[in-house]
Amino acid sequence: MSGLVARLIPEFEQWKKRYPAGFEGSLSLPCLRRIQEERGYITDDDITDLTAYLGVPRIQVDEAVAFYTQFTRKPLGTHHIQVCHNVSCSLRGAEGLVAHLCTRLGIKPGETTGDGKFTLTTVECLASCGTAPMMMVGNTYHENLTPASVDALLEELAK
Amino acid sequence: MTETTTATLPALSGTKFFMNFPVTDTSHTLAAYRARGGYQSLEKALREMQPTEVTKEVAAAGLLGHGGAAFPAGRKWGVVKLNDGEPHYVCMNADEGEPGTFKDRWMLENIPHMCLEGLIIGSYALQGRHAFIYIRGEFDLPYRRMAAAIEEAYEAGLLGENILGTGYSCDVVLYRGAGSYVCGEASAMLASLEGKKGWPRNRPPRLTVKGLYQKPTVVNNVETLANVPVIIKLGATEFKKVGTPKSPGTQMISISGHVVRPGVYEVEYGYSWEKFIYEDCGGMLGGRALKCIIPGGVSTKVLNAEELKGVTLDHNSALAAGSQLGSGGMIAVAEGTCMVRLAAVIQRFYHHESCGQCTPCREGMGWMERILKRIVAGGGRMEDIDRLYQIGEANDGTTICSLGDSAGYACSAILDHFRDEFEYYIINKRSKYDGQLAIDDPFASALAGARA
Repeated sequence: MSGLVARLIPEFEQWKKRYPAGFEGSLSLPCLRRIQEERGYITDDDITDLTAYLGVPRIQVDEAVAFYTQFTRKPLGTHHIQVCHNVSCSLRGAEGLVAHLCTRLGIKPGETTGDGKFTLTTVECLASCGTAPMMMVGNTYHENLTPASVDALLEELAK
Repeated sequence: MTETTTATLPALSGTKFFMNFPVTDTSHTLAAYRARGGYQSLEKALREMQPTEVTKEVAAAGLLGHGGAAFPAGRKWGVVKLNDGEPHYVCMNADEGEPGTFKDRWMLENIPHMCLEGLIIGSYALQGRHAFIYIRGEFDLPYRRMAAAIEEAYEAGLLGENILGTGYSCDVVLYRGAGSYVCGEASAMLASLEGKKGWPRNRPPRLTVKGLYQKPTVVNNVETLANVPVIIKLGATEFKKVGTPKSPGTQMISISGHVVRPGVYEVEYGYSWEKFIYEDCGGMLGGRALKCIIPGGVSTKVLNAEELKGVTLDHNSALAAGSQLGSGGMIAVAEGTCMVRLAAVIQRFYHHESCGQCTPCREGMGWMERILKRIVAGGGRMEDIDRLYQIGEANDGTTICSLGDSAGYACSAILDHFRDEFEYYIINKRSKYDGQLAIDDPFASALAGARA
């Protein structure tokens, strides 16, 4: 078993206490999230180790990693910028926000800057419709965005 | 500085169950909630009521589900047989993802203990030993607030073994999703809670018969559960005095789009829809006229300004007007907005979120998106309009969950109302309006640069 999953197992064991017995399979999503927090992405070896630890079929974990948009098999930039471009955000300027970010970062949605600092992604509704346009950087929501506030944030993050 | 971005919005007339205190940096904590009378309902339910009495009270109150379908909560609970020898689970659906809906986020951030109290009471009514909160993976502050509330509740003896010394025990698992709209559908949510990909499944058996790990499970929306302490405190009779006879209580409305004051409002059922939009929300940006409202998340049918006249904010009135109140996620669209491009945005969303299990949806969602994109790019054909209707109809009732059906309803309602715009776009290869979706777009110059 690789270092990462083995190292996290004591933490996973703590989580089990509040689950009913026999619910080990349920831990796959929380464990995957934790693994990704540590390394930034999920590897084949992680899936092998997690499968062994939880005692679930490998296909179940493979499918989960592929199905959920928050899991990634590839490293992302240091700062993952996710811009909502659903209806409410589009009505308040999300399309312009995406264009602005593309210009500033010199990349298109789905790409990572050459220095590995920023990954830009467009996403669907993040439940921040009343404070549109918005984007999520890492775990944090940034709302009611303007060109000035976006530029200030990018400058701060680039440091 | 407060972490939340809740703006100060005008308070509406009428009863408030939730937005009845000033939001501060500490108003979400256990101490603040207790100072407002919090957890007295839990105490009352555990000490003075049998589990069946709790369910009866919720049923008598006429509480309707607040996740979108407005199914009577008491009836859902009543299906679970308490003496069947099986474990029972209650799961709070906090996977808020219906575009335009952000009221559960307000509740999770600002009244996490009230939501939790409702969950514990619900779990007691169904004699569950474990209860779950499924919260969407992107929610950070709502997650941290709820996680902190759970720990506070354990420390205060409101969760865990022998709650308040009454002999009832309950553990709560706060479970984070990982990015999937369809997991807001109850059976997909339970698959996800089992650690699997979030695929919905056919009923029967109903989830109240075979749910999480094949055991009877009740899934309720955040707001539905937050109403439970209110009902236990007031009693069904007093609760029913609020709202309308067929929609008792209040509705948390999240409104966004082209209104001057978007945000979350608590509305007593029966409130004037026009007063809400034109007065409370300040009308449309730039003094424009209202073109249409998407009433309860993008999956509900649009209503134009004419159709809104005299309609009140309750389920029956919305149904009579030809739509639904849904999840209370309202999007206002101002005159001059290109509905063809708006429809393309909506359909891109459905295509992205289709889980791929049922053929009509897996194939149909992408097909509809491609047609709409082609029209937007100037390559539309007149027969495309009929094709969009047909694909929607082919999804109606033919798939496991209602994602594909909803896409069809949403698209056909826009076509019904604004067919002329689609025809204009197809003939002239350009929008009848300026093609913009935003008004007063702060990023307009960036967009102009990108298009040049």
